[in-house]
Amino acid sequence: MLRASVIVFPGSNCDRDVKVALEKSTGFPVNMVWHGDTEVPASDVIVLPGGFSYGDYLRCGAMAAHSPIMRDVVAKAKSGVAVLGICNGFQVLCETGLLPGVLMRNASLKFMCRDVTLRVENADTTFTKCYRKDQVVRIPVAHGDGNYFADSNTLDELEGEDRVVFRYAHSDGTVDKAANPNGSQRNIAGITDASNRIVGLMPHPERLYELPLGGTDGRRMFESALVSMAEAMG
Amino acid sequence: MNDTAPFKITDELVAEHGLSGEEYKTLLEILAREPSLTELGIFSVMWSEHCSYKSSRFWLKTLPTTGPQVIQGPGENAGIVDLGDGYACVFKMESHNHPSYIEPYQGAATGVGGIMRDVFTMGARPVANLNALRFGAPDHPKTKHLVSGVVAGIGGYGNCVGVPTVGGEVNFDAGYNNNILVNAMCVGLARTDKIFYSAAKGVGHPVVYVGSKTGRDGIHGATMASAEFDDKSDEKRPTVQVGDPFTEKLLIEACLELMASDAIIAIQDMGAAGLTSSTAEMADKGGVGIALDLDKVPQRETNMTAYEMMLSESQERMLIVLKPGSEHEAETIFRKWDLDFAVIGKTTDTGRMIVTHKGNVEADLPVTVLANSAPMYERPWEATVPPQPILPEWVKAPDNGVLGGLKTLLASHHLASRRWVWEQYDHMVMGDTIVHPGADAAVVRVHGTDKGIAATCDVTPRYVTADPTMGTKQAVVETWRNLTAVGADPLAITDNMNFANPERPPIMGQFVGSCQGIAEACHVLEFPVVSGNVSLYNETNGIGIPPTPAIGAVGLIPDTKYVSDHALKRDGDVLIVIGAENGWLGQTVYQDIFAEKLEGAPPPVDLGDELKAGRLVRSLIREQVTSAVHDVSDGGLLVAIAEMALAGDKGVELFPYEGRQPTHAIWFGEDQGRYVISVQAEDAERILERSRLLDLPARLVARMSGDDALTLTNEGSVPLTELRQVHESWLPELMANP
Repeated sequence: MLRASVIVFPGSNCDRDVKVALEKSTGFPVNMVWHGDTEVPASDVIVLPGGFSYGDYLRCGAMAAHSPIMRDVVAKAKSGVAVLGICNGFQVLCETGLLPGVLMRNASLKFMCRDVTLRVENADTTFTKCYRKDQVVRIPVAHGDGNYFADSNTLDELEGEDRVVFRYAHSDGTVDKAANPNGSQRNIAGITDASNRIVGLMPHPERLYELPLGGTDGRRMFESALVSMAEAMG
Repeated sequence: MNDTAPFKITDELVAEHGLSGEEYKTLLEILAREPSLTELGIFSVMWSEHCSYKSSRFWLKTLPTTGPQVIQGPGENAGIVDLGDGYACVFKMESHNHPSYIEPYQGAATGVGGIMRDVFTMGARPVANLNALRFGAPDHPKTKHLVSGVVAGIGGYGNCVGVPTVGGEVNFDAGYNNNILVNAMCVGLARTDKIFYSAAKGVGHPVVYVGSKTGRDGIHGATMASAEFDDKSDEKRPTVQVGDPFTEKLLIEACLELMASDAIIAIQDMGAAGLTSSTAEMADKGGVGIALDLDKVPQRETNMTAYEMMLSESQERMLIVLKPGSEHEAETIFRKWDLDFAVIGKTTDTGRMIVTHKGNVEADLPVTVLANSAPMYERPWEATVPPQPILPEWVKAPDNGVLGGLKTLLASHHLASRRWVWEQYDHMVMGDTIVHPGADAAVVRVHGTDKGIAATCDVTPRYVTADPTMGTKQAVVETWRNLTAVGADPLAITDNMNFANPERPPIMGQFVGSCQGIAEACHVLEFPVVSGNVSLYNETNGIGIPPTPAIGAVGLIPDTKYVSDHALKRDGDVLIVIGAENGWLGQTVYQDIFAEKLEGAPPPVDLGDELKAGRLVRSLIREQVTSAVHDVSDGGLLVAIAEMALAGDKGVELFPYEGRQPTHAIWFGEDQGRYVISVQAEDAERILERSRLLDLPARLVARMSGDDALTLTNEGSVPLTELRQVHESWLPELMANP
C-alpha cells in the first residue's frame, strides 16, 4: 500500500506525468492536491512535481514555497512523511529550507533537455532503495535552472553525512566537469535531508519509467518508495 | 455615431491603415457614410492580407480539403482529423515571421502561444509543438542573434506551458537574410464528442472575455504582417506582442475544465486583430449581432481608447459565448486559475456589431459585411519557367572522395545536426514522446492508449524556387514519406505558405504554382489540407524570400508497438534502398556545396511510385520485418545511411555501386521516393522480390559491419566518432562565437 499525493501549483506541468509514473510503477492510485488547499490528505509520500510554478517569474520555486498548501507539506515532512521534489519541486524544497542550497541558472545560460547519466551515491533513501550504490542510471534532465549551489561548508557537510544522492557522471561512473550538464557544484544532481526521507533532484525519473519511453531507470525511484513503505510497516 | 471625434479621415490616415484608395472607396460605399476612427481601424485589420487572405483566397479554394478522415477542414481555428475510437487530432501551422525578425524572442514565443490557442480553442489539449525555421546565411551579421532569440523564445514559451516541442526544421539561406521565417505548428488531442467551434448561435447569450488583460501591445500587428519591410523596420518593434506562457498554461487548464461542462456555445481565441476579428467571426458564423461594452474589458493600461482596445493584440485572451445561467460556474473556474473573467457583451438579433465605450457608440457595423466583404484579388501572375534537367556528369565528383564528400556534407550548414536547437526545447514533458526530435517524424502517444500521433514538417525551398509546382509537390510528399518512415498512416496536412509580395506577378506565379503542386499531391495521396496560413510580403527593399510553402503533416500510428525510427539497432542486418536511383544532382545539397551553385530542374516526384513505396514500407514495418527505416532526402543515400549509423551508433559496410551512373551521383543524388530499410539478411531476397513485383527498384546497399565505422570498398573507412564530431560541432561552434 502506498498513499501518494502530488501537489499541483499553478504552472506545474509534470504533475500528471509523475502521477501516471507513480501509479504505473507502484499500482496504487495517486491524489492530486491543489496548491490553494491547506491540508494534504493522509499520505506516505508527497511529490512536488516539475514545471514552472507561478511562471518562475521570481526565483524558481520561490512563490510556490509560500503557497497555502506548503505550510502543511513542511509540517508533514517534519513529522516524517517522505517528500520527493523533482526539478521545479527540488527548487521549491530548497526555497522552503527543507533542503539546503539553491538552484541557479545553468552555466550555459540555456534550457537543456536531454538524457544524462547519474551515479547513485546514496542508495539508502526512501526513493533510492531499489538502486545499488555506485550504479549508473540514465534519466533525462529538462531545466534552465539546475545549477546546484551551496557554500563549501554546506557541501562538505552534505558529503560528510552521505546526503548527496545522485551526481552527474559518465556512463562508466566517472564524475568530472565534462559530465556536468549545468555547472552544479561537485556535480550534484540530487540531495537528501539527514533522515533520508526528503529527496530533491533535477532529473525527471517520471520520464523513463517504461520501455516505450526509452528506458526504465526512473521507475526504481517510485518502486523504492513502495518498498520503503512496506519496510516501515514491517 | 461618435460624430464629435476630433479627426478627419485623410488619404494619409487611410494609407497608414494599409488600405488602398480603391479599398477605402469600397468601404464608403458599404457604409454609405464616413467611418469613425474605430471603424476604420476595424476594417483595416479585417481587410489586411493577414486576416482576409485577399490575395490568396482564390487559389486556396482549389485545394483538396475533404476525405473520410476529415472532421473539420479549413475555415475554423484549426483542422481536425479522426483518429478512431472517439479521438480526434486538431492541428495547424501558422507563421510569425514579421514579428520574429523585429523582436526574435517575443515574436517566436507569441507565435507558439498563438498556435496553441488555435488548437485548445477547439477543445483539444495541445500534445506536441513543431516549428519550421528559416534564417539567413550563417555568416550574416544578424543570423546568430536571430537564431538564439527565436530558439530561446520557442523554448521559453513551450517549455513553460509544458507541451513538448518534438520536431521541426531549421534552414540557413542568404535568401532569408532580411526576412526570417518562424512557422509554428501545434498538434492537439480531443474527444470527437467534445469539439468546440466558433459559431455564436443564439440571441441574448453572454459574451465573456477571459485570460489576460488588454494592453496597447500589438496594435496593428496584423497590418504589419501584411506589408514589406524597409530600412526602418526596427521602428515597428512596438507592434510586437509580449507573451506570458504561465498565463497560457492557466488558460489551457481553465478552458479545458470549462469545456468538460456543458456551458460553452462558442469559443474563439483573440489572435491577429484581437477583439475585432474574434467578435466579427463568431457573430458572423452564428448569424447573430453582437453588442460589446468596452468599459467592461479588463484593461492593463489606463485611458485606452475604443480604437486601441479593438485593435490590441495582447496575448493569452479568449472570447466565449456562454449558455445563459452558466456565468457563475464559468467564473468560478477562471477565478480558481487566477484569470480575468468579464461579461463584456451579448449576442443580439440586430445583425450588427455595436461597440460602446464610455457611453458613446464607437462602431456600428453590419456583421456579415464586416466578416465577408474583404476584397478578393485574382492577382495577375506569371508562371515560373522551370529549368531543364542537368545530367549527373555535369556536376563534378568530390575531390576528397565519396567518404570525404560525406564528411563535408554532414558538416555543412544544410545538414549539420540541429541538436543545439532541440535540446533547448523540452521534448519529453507530458510523458508520451516515443520518437524524439532528429527522426523523420516525431511520435507522441495518445495518452492512455496504444495509438500514436506522428507529426512532421517539411519543405525544400531550393526545389520550390526552381519549380514551384514540382517543389511543392515534393514538400507534401516528403512529409508523407516522413510519416510513413515511422510507421504512420498519413492523415492530412496544414500548409504555411510563405511568399514575397504577391502584387508582383512572378511572386504570385510562385504562389499559384505552389498551390497547384499541393493540390495534385494531396489529391493523389488522399492527404487533404485541413488548415493553413498564408504569410505574404516577406520581402525587404524589393528583395523577396525564396518561395517557402512549409507543409506540416500528421499521421496515425494504430498501435505504438509498430513504431519505427531510423537508428540502426540489429547486428547482422542488411540495408536495402527502395526506389529508383537515377543520380539526380540538380538543385541538391551536393550541388550547392561542391559546385557552389544551384541549377537545373529539381528532382521529379512520381506520385504513383510514392504510393507504392510508402505502402510497401508501412507493411514491412507492421510485419516487424524492419528494425530501422529512414527516408532518403537532403544529401541523398549516403547521408541517409550515415544518419542511421550515427543514430544507432552502429557501423556499416557499404556495397560498391555497379550501375551506369557516376558514383557520386548515386551516393549524393536526391532522387525522390526512396527509403532505406534495415532487415535481417535472410529476409532480404524476399523483400527485394516484393519490391520488384510492385515494379519498384530495390537493391542491397550495405550491411551492418559490427564495428564502429562507415566503410566503402576501394574508398576506405571513416570512424563514426569522426563523422559525429563534424556533424554535431558545426552549429554549437557557430553559436559559441557571437
